[in-house]
Amino acid sequence: MVKEKKKLSKTPTLGISHKIQRETNTTSYLFLLPFAILFISFVLIPIFIGIYTSFFDYTLKGLHFNWGKNYLDLFKDRIFWKSMGNTLLLVIVAVPCVIFFSLWAASALNDRNKALTGIFRGVFYLPVVMGTVPVIVVWKWIFNAYYGILNYLLKSAKLMPQTLRFDWLGEKSTAIWCILLILFTTSIGQPIVLYIASLGDVNKNLIEAAEVDGASRFRIFWQIKWPYIMPTTLYIGIITTINTFQCFSLIQLLTSGGPSYSTSTVMYYLYEMAFTHYQFGYANAIGVILLVVIGLFSLAELQIMRRRGAE
Amino acid sequence: MNVKRKEISFYRVLSTIVLIVLAILFLFPLYWIITGSFKLNPERVPPEWFPKTWSLVHWTRLFGNPTRQPALRWFLNSLVISLLSMVLTLISSSMAGYVLAKKKFTGRRVIFIILILAMALPKQVILVPLMRLMNSLGIYNTLWAVILGSVGWPFGVFLMKQFSQGIPTELIEAAKIDGAGEIRVFLELICHLMQPAFASLAIFTFINTWNDYFLQLVMLTSRERLTIALGIATMQAEMSIDYGLIMAGAALSAIPMILIFVAFQKYFTKGITLGALKG
Repeated sequence: MVKEKKKLSKTPTLGISHKIQRETNTTSYLFLLPFAILFISFVLIPIFIGIYTSFFDYTLKGLHFNWGKNYLDLFKDRIFWKSMGNTLLLVIVAVPCVIFFSLWAASALNDRNKALTGIFRGVFYLPVVMGTVPVIVVWKWIFNAYYGILNYLLKSAKLMPQTLRFDWLGEKSTAIWCILLILFTTSIGQPIVLYIASLGDVNKNLIEAAEVDGASRFRIFWQIKWPYIMPTTLYIGIITTINTFQCFSLIQLLTSGGPSYSTSTVMYYLYEMAFTHYQFGYANAIGVILLVVIGLFSLAELQIMRRRGAE
Repeated sequence: MNVKRKEISFYRVLSTIVLIVLAILFLFPLYWIITGSFKLNPERVPPEWFPKTWSLVHWTRLFGNPTRQPALRWFLNSLVISLLSMVLTLISSSMAGYVLAKKKFTGRRVIFIILILAMALPKQVILVPLMRLMNSLGIYNTLWAVILGSVGWPFGVFLMKQFSQGIPTELIEAAKIDGAGEIRVFLELICHLMQPAFASLAIFTFINTWNDYFLQLVMLTSRERLTIALGIATMQAEMSIDYGLIMAGAALSAIPMILIFVAFQKYFTKGITLGALKG
């Protein structure tokens, strides 16, 4: 792209092509205008305001510049670090699980008939289409201590004392794992669709040739398919990381960050700061940190995958 | 050779079983919502796996008390938000996506890079500024706050750019030689050729906006302005074990989306795959 530009500027241009370029520019900018207005007003400006006001003591009472004290406070804020730890735990567990399972499911569906693949793909996408809230009200019921289906099933299987009313979402030891399970079911829809599309594009002759040569299923996967679907894996890794970092609705609807912040995430803490404590400047500082961490993670993931792909 | 074939068929059986078990796990919430909304006493333990008697009592209760839960109003709010977001996204994204793909204007690369960067941006980071902005525009706690909060994101532009790239440039040139102006080319040629793209983006935007709980939660506060998703969440917070009522509400929110998804699954899948490719 850069090379192309250089070439263009070296060729002598006549006045007329300048005029054409100007016309192209005018039409293009006019076509871009409606989106540009929406993007600038409701994305770009809020981002800059957010970064700017993160350096202020910003509450309902007003705004006072406080020289980055928000960031210093955040650094010392144990609940913030707890939330960051939980968020990282979610990312570290969820991302590999999502990649592994969606790839497995897509491979298992890949060589079956089309109608069946379509049905399964639809089923795995269902939690996304249904929406978080309807899915979560059912899960909340499943995990309920008194009316919960999980407790009932465990008791019927004699795996749990009959008198115990275990509160899955209210116990520190289990709450975050329940959230992980639900997060998993709401995260794999898109990866499966992407993997099915990507696996379908792998050169079939190559696979047949390898089969004739007696290559094992595992080897065909590892040496032919895996390198080919690498860009898809990379993309899925990044979007799942970003989405998991933003994990909020699950927490807000299921546990409100409890018990004693054991399920609080960075995003949930941001929300709590803004909406319960009205600490807007502090909340914005959390937002900026989240922005930086997500940026770094995406970059790191890109680098790792690229290096591995090159080997 | 014989051994190997046996191995594969064993793997096939195993993977089928695993897939079916997982499919049941994924289908369960939907099944439970629908059957739960028709059971007389859904909260009873042991649970009724299948409703013994079918009753409409929760549905009539859901719509029967508009001061406590204006379910119909919530439903219509969701509908208005999703439809208007969809229309605004379709217009703005198709125009921008088309020129980004087909016109070599100055600054194209820079604009494209800005959009790519914005796509990876966590939406919720701008929560507070966006809320204050809507407040100063005087539209906080109105449906417009949700609509405008969701239409500035560049996913649609990206998707439309991907689709437009497939249109042969010769077709556009030919139309211009025939004397069509830029606007006519766009309206008559591009929009016509991009019908599947419009369908993809329309369905995608509609379902995503309908389900965007976070933005709705932040922007809407008064009871009669809630959306259906927000309404169910509020109902659950207030009367957490009135499962019949909550399931009826959840069904009201989920079923229209599922019907749309099933009817247009082809376009939806296409949108996901194309929107994901980079470049």
